[in-house]
Amino acid sequence: MPESIADSRRRLLYEAAVVASAVFVVGVAYGAMSVNAGLPTWFAPVVGFFVLAASSEMLFVGLLAGGANSWIAAAAALAVNSRHLPYGLAATDVLGTGWKRYARIHLVNDETVAFAAAQQTPAARRLAYTWSGLGILITWPVGALLGSVIGRMFDVAIIGLDAMFPAVILALIMSGIRDPRTRYGCLAAAVIAVGAALVLPEGIAPVLAVLALPLMRPRPIDPAVDAERAEAEDA
Amino acid sequence: MRDLWVICAAAAFLAAGTYVLRWVGPALPASLTESPRAKQLIDDSAILLLTGVMATTALLQDQGFAGWARVLGVGAAGVLAWFRAPMLVVIIAAAVVTALARATFGLV
Repeated sequence: MPESIADSRRRLLYEAAVVASAVFVVGVAYGAMSVNAGLPTWFAPVVGFFVLAASSEMLFVGLLAGGANSWIAAAAALAVNSRHLPYGLAATDVLGTGWKRYARIHLVNDETVAFAAAQQTPAARRLAYTWSGLGILITWPVGALLGSVIGRMFDVAIIGLDAMFPAVILALIMSGIRDPRTRYGCLAAAVIAVGAALVLPEGIAPVLAVLALPLMRPRPIDPAVDAERAEAEDA
Repeated sequence: MRDLWVICAAAAFLAAGTYVLRWVGPALPASLTESPRAKQLIDDSAILLLTGVMATTALLQDQGFAGWARVLGVGAAGVLAWFRAPMLVVIIAAAVVTALARATFGLV
């Protein structure tokens, strides 16, 4: 039986909260890392709010900790965010108009784009995008603040927090892996990205994953077939 | 720490540059992005990029192997997600399996 609109909103809100909570935990790790790099307590939360892109911020702080020039560290972190350009394209239909559009553009990131893509209807995509995005806008800086405060007592690796970020993304792209149309492309993308990451600077390699695009089979054009598949996936 | 003002200016540059990257795609004319074929290419690219991010963060740390503990944790999360376990269960399993692998088997 198809779920009611209220049920599906409730499920989206719950899942957005779960995504935001996972980001909170990664934020704690980021805050701990930044005070260990000698940065002030307010740095990770403030930068977290305005950049809102976890891996690039962690690279920025990591490079600063290693003694890199500030501008070179910022340029390297910006290169990591080059994937936000195609993400922005993918998010175009959920952005809306007016000031909300410019606010929603700030929320383009790994989790929000993946969470929106996992939904079946345009309305659900926009809700999923906005709720997870607002959640992350709160939990990422607050997590970073907590991590900064308790930074010196905290070891990220011992409690397995480093596995949470890839796990969140994996859970969100699972419908793409389950679908035979996109499965082999995803497999190739993983191989390409990991292979490239061994030789290229951090953050650039995942972008090369789009080279697997020719392996993505065309989607059936008939809307009835699409609707059937959507129903089969919901079942 | 070195001059905090320079670091803050660099961080502001990073924030502004990231916003511009996010803004460029949606600013392109709709005629380029709204055909069904273009939409499919864009959606597929996003899935591939995310797969790339997932695979590199699951397997690698500082351009080397991240260790079996994290791989086991993410693998357990993947199996649970495949069988449609709730998101919360998937994510907690990743952390717990990774932590247990480190604590009990001494894996990195």
